[in-house]
Amino acid sequence: MGKENKISLAQAKAKSTARAATVFLIPALLLITIFIIYPVIDTFVISGYKWNGISSDRFFVGLENWKTLIHDEMFWKSFKHNLIVMVFSILLQIPLGMLLATFLDAGGKKFNIFKVIWFLPYLMSSVAIAFLFNYALATNGGIISSLATIIQGKRTTIDLLGTAPNALYTVIGVMAWQFTPFYMVYFIAGYGNIDTSIYEAAVLDGATRWQYIKHIAIPLLGPIFKTACTMSLIGSLKYFDMIWNMTQGGPAGSTELMATYMYKLSFQQFNMGYGSTVAAGMFILITAIALIFNKVFKVKEVD
Amino acid sequence: MAKENIKDADYRKAKVKSKIAWAIAIFFACVMLIITLTPFFFMIMNSFRKQFDMLQQGVFHLPDPWFFENFVTVVEKGFFGYFLRSVIVVGVSLILMLIISSFAAYPLSRMRFKLNPWIYAMIVAMMSVPMHVTLIPIFKLTTAVGFYDSLKALIGPYVAFSLPMSIFILTAFMKTIPKEIEESAEIDGCNRYQSFFFLILPLSKSGLSTLAIYNGVSMWNEFAFANTLIISPENKTLPLVLGQFKGEHAMNIPMIMAVLTLSVLPMIILFIVFQDKLVKGMMSGAVKG
Repeated sequence: MGKENKISLAQAKAKSTARAATVFLIPALLLITIFIIYPVIDTFVISGYKWNGISSDRFFVGLENWKTLIHDEMFWKSFKHNLIVMVFSILLQIPLGMLLATFLDAGGKKFNIFKVIWFLPYLMSSVAIAFLFNYALATNGGIISSLATIIQGKRTTIDLLGTAPNALYTVIGVMAWQFTPFYMVYFIAGYGNIDTSIYEAAVLDGATRWQYIKHIAIPLLGPIFKTACTMSLIGSLKYFDMIWNMTQGGPAGSTELMATYMYKLSFQQFNMGYGSTVAAGMFILITAIALIFNKVFKVKEVD
Repeated sequence: MAKENIKDADYRKAKVKSKIAWAIAIFFACVMLIITLTPFFFMIMNSFRKQFDMLQQGVFHLPDPWFFENFVTVVEKGFFGYFLRSVIVVGVSLILMLIISSFAAYPLSRMRFKLNPWIYAMIVAMMSVPMHVTLIPIFKLTTAVGFYDSLKALIGPYVAFSLPMSIFILTAFMKTIPKEIEESAEIDGCNRYQSFFFLILPLSKSGLSTLAIYNGVSMWNEFAFANTLIISPENKTLPLVLGQFKGEHAMNIPMIMAVLTLSVLPMIILFIVFQDKLVKGMMSGAVKG
């Protein structure tokens, strides 16, 4: 009798827990389903149609759009640009952010002014940065061209955004300007999480600041490096705002990325069926690269 | 004695070495300062020039004369309307996001039920879904329910896309609150809802405030949804103001620089006030990373 009572009491408790959990979780799950899960599925559904996004007539074309995508040179070219942006973002922003954070960590409070100023670019929206650099890098009255004019002593123009190979690397440079502060704060946070007693112990053992950073702090920051790389990787594969406002993918498609290509197809040419196919392709590629990256890193950690 | 001397020399040598290292480091730090600040300098200086003074005076000259009309014109052309609409959208979205994510983080961090790990894993996986993939269906959905071209259209996507990261961070945060607090409350006759509102929520305040700052910045700057879902100038938010002004004053670069300066200013002021909170917020994200 007493035993039965206990079981039903435990069951009742589990039931009330489940009920409370449902009540608390429903709003979040509802929103995530409506605005993230359903749209992702719908993107794949729309990719099977020819549709302009406005009229009610959609034609089911099966895998036609996907066949086009596989042979679409512009899509693969934009994917290649995404990969270039990805590699340079990881190679530039993360080590630089790490260096700045190391400097600030070693310097302590008296370098606070450096931290505040270095962080400023991250506070600007990508749109604002795009407009600013459009003018700041212009051949006429821009910073670089004006500098070159002073150095050369005669009127010199350096066309950073208007010519094909330059534009992509210029954009990468501007992205580094924008996002390095983010990784800097991230690594500052990482240094902050290392127990101060570890540093004190190292100093007692006669380690210099540099030895501490090299042999103790950096290995401890390993997981942070990994997260930073994952963030940079996903971020650069879905990059959109700044490029859209700065070059719109030009000149001659030399800065076209998957997201700008998708946006152009969908909201300028109103080819939403194929635009969705590009979006779905982008989703598959990003997920695959992120999974591969995580797997490779895990293997390395075991070593 | 001799040994002492050697030690002393070593020490001095190390000191000189570290002084040189610091000098080099500070030199590069200053180079970084210049790289960071030059574009801001360009923006602010040009915003105080007359339209045709910009090319004549060159980049590195101070404005002559200082010309304030640009800012007056920008304000007269309805800049604060854009500003206000952004405040409304970000304010409403942030409040909803904070309520809904703390609701969700509570059972995920402090209750045992069968689906818990699955729901948590699903929400974490949502963090890496690029919003661009959802753009077309959300555009479709927005037109279908008649929200297209209104501020309402932005709130749903803004809240939904900030949820996964926020729930992830808040769940980690709430896990650090000791279990005993709730247990003793339960003995005192508190039910789950009461202990959430009166115990857990107040204890999560610092986590919530860092989330508010972190998500506030990204909502304030959000462009792709705003550009897709809003079309009339009287409904546009701040990230769209630049395109609007450029369309109307393409040749007046100082005017555009004035718009830029005004739109960046509030963020810079907020950052200077809240900078410690922001670093702490990123720290709580970085721990579990």
